[in-house]
Amino acid sequence: MKALCWHGANDVRVETVNDPKILNPRDAIIKITSTAICGSDLHIYDGYIPTMKSGDILGHEFMGEVVEVGSEVRNINKGDRAVVPFTIACGSCFFCERDMWSLCDNSNPNAWMAEKLYGHSPSGLFGYSHLFGGYAGGQAEYARVPFADVGLLKIPEGLADEQVLFLTDIFPTGYMAAENCNIQPGDVVAVWGCGPVGLFAIKSAYMLGAERVIAIDRVPERLQMAKEQCQAEIIDYEEVDAGEAVTEMTGGRGPDSCIDAVGMEAHGTGLDSLFDQAKQAVRLETDRPTALRQVIVACRKGGTVSVPGVYGGFLDKIPMGAAFNKGLTFKMGQTHVHHYLRPLLERVQQGEIDPSFLITHRLKLEDAPHGYEIFKHKKDNCIKVVLQP
Amino acid sequence: MQSQPLSGSESQGASDLTTSPGSTPQPAPQETGQVSQAERWSSLIGGGALVLSGLRQRSLRGALLAIAGGGLIYRGATAQKGIQEELGMNQSIKVEKTVTINKPVAELYQFWRKFENLPHFMKHLQSVTVVDDRRSHWVAKAPLGTNVEWDAEIIDEQENHLIAWASVEGADVDNSGFVRFQPTTGNRGTEVKVVLEYNVPGGAIAAALAKLFGEEPEQQIGDDLHRFKQLMEAGEVATTEGQPKGG
Repeated sequence: MKALCWHGANDVRVETVNDPKILNPRDAIIKITSTAICGSDLHIYDGYIPTMKSGDILGHEFMGEVVEVGSEVRNINKGDRAVVPFTIACGSCFFCERDMWSLCDNSNPNAWMAEKLYGHSPSGLFGYSHLFGGYAGGQAEYARVPFADVGLLKIPEGLADEQVLFLTDIFPTGYMAAENCNIQPGDVVAVWGCGPVGLFAIKSAYMLGAERVIAIDRVPERLQMAKEQCQAEIIDYEEVDAGEAVTEMTGGRGPDSCIDAVGMEAHGTGLDSLFDQAKQAVRLETDRPTALRQVIVACRKGGTVSVPGVYGGFLDKIPMGAAFNKGLTFKMGQTHVHHYLRPLLERVQQGEIDPSFLITHRLKLEDAPHGYEIFKHKKDNCIKVVLQP
Repeated sequence: MQSQPLSGSESQGASDLTTSPGSTPQPAPQETGQVSQAERWSSLIGGGALVLSGLRQRSLRGALLAIAGGGLIYRGATAQKGIQEELGMNQSIKVEKTVTINKPVAELYQFWRKFENLPHFMKHLQSVTVVDDRRSHWVAKAPLGTNVEWDAEIIDEQENHLIAWASVEGADVDNSGFVRFQPTTGNRGTEVKVVLEYNVPGGAIAAALAKLFGEEPEQQIGDDLHRFKQLMEAGEVATTEGQPKGG
């Protein structure tokens, strides 16, 4: 089959590789009909995710048709059309039983690596380095899905791929980010980053009852989409100081909750962000937490900081004093996708949201390397790339 | 890990050793006297928290025998202290690892007690053949396509709590250990603790064994326990072996 393989920073290639096969009784094989490039794939593309190996197949937002199931998969059949959560979860450990699917105990075969770095291992992830299991990803014609009996959501007829594809990651991720804000009537939510997760976080914050949502970015077409498609009030942080602007727009109180939908490769305009770029370039710092610092300082006293943006390692100069003395609550983590699949599918079915609004590019799988380039450099007004194998 | 007072059936094996006045509180780590060592081993095996450091000087096998046969035997045995040390063979590797599994004690114990099951999750084991109630024959993979073999004997068994074993004379690798099953707080499953000791002999085989058991035996035992947990909770061991990759 054809698959997009990683060979180093800024080097991905579409190659012919072996077809996947069933390796465990709870596996299924999916013939992929739609797959997307995620902002977090860019962290890999940029070379900031450790434990990648040359030849690894990328991609964790994919869906398709079930073509084969293992002997223990009984609730999914050949021919079913299904979406695949990017987090791999067994369904029977302490964490899965408590709806914390991205913390599954049993899906990372390389748990020891994660334990060395993090103390404990989160769940395995598709196409996201050997630290998270080394599973082959879904930017390919076929993929093997472990624990398919809990990890596949059957899609009812009448919904196009593009309406349900983002249930695999970015829609639940944005939604969980908003849910983590514990939004109360009258709340103002500020969202740093208007990439796909940030845009879904804005929409979700309104769904969950926010009265106002403020969005911060610097890319004109993203700000425009936040404003026009998601009804956010926007701040271009290259024109004004985002922290000051947010404070002014919230009557000096600060937003009730702040979402960092940027993560480890933030850009910024301040001195701190220059230092971070230099340190990250020479690997003195793994992550550039410019957005997170701003979020902490901007958030109102007693407010909530919600972090869907991906962080991988060690962060410098986090204003812990501000966080502590303002009594902030922090909520974060990989998305518990399984928990959100059905409720969010219902919202799509009921027409509350059409998640396809942010797709700007539809490419063939063969053109995936080009997709990475334009997405990374935000060329051609690129916000979201969907690939068709 | 939770340190719990000994109680009920769980304490049976250790009770012989916990009667001496100094058994609680535990002695400070720097104490190396025989009695405190014995007490700490017994506390560990009986259910207390283990701090392996401070116990390096005394053999696990001796402690296990003591648990099975009573404190006097243990003290007798250790009175001949240092046979191995004096012969320059004191190259023992001790490993301790615990995992929590979301299943009841009995289910896990019964699976483990069928020793033939162990190669399903212990990567280096090739086979375990049960000879009789107490004795079994173990074959493990060694480098260069070779095997190491030994007979092991159960030296203590408390149903749904503890299995302790030691290799018998003539083993390629002298080893002893125990596995202990304890319910967690709040019905969150079972804590499974494995403590192992290998006495690695000198000579050619030592190098092979070092490789076999790896530079980090703790990680290998940890991985084995991870696989045990996956098998018991998820019904299969997570893997990516055999999946496609680019050239």
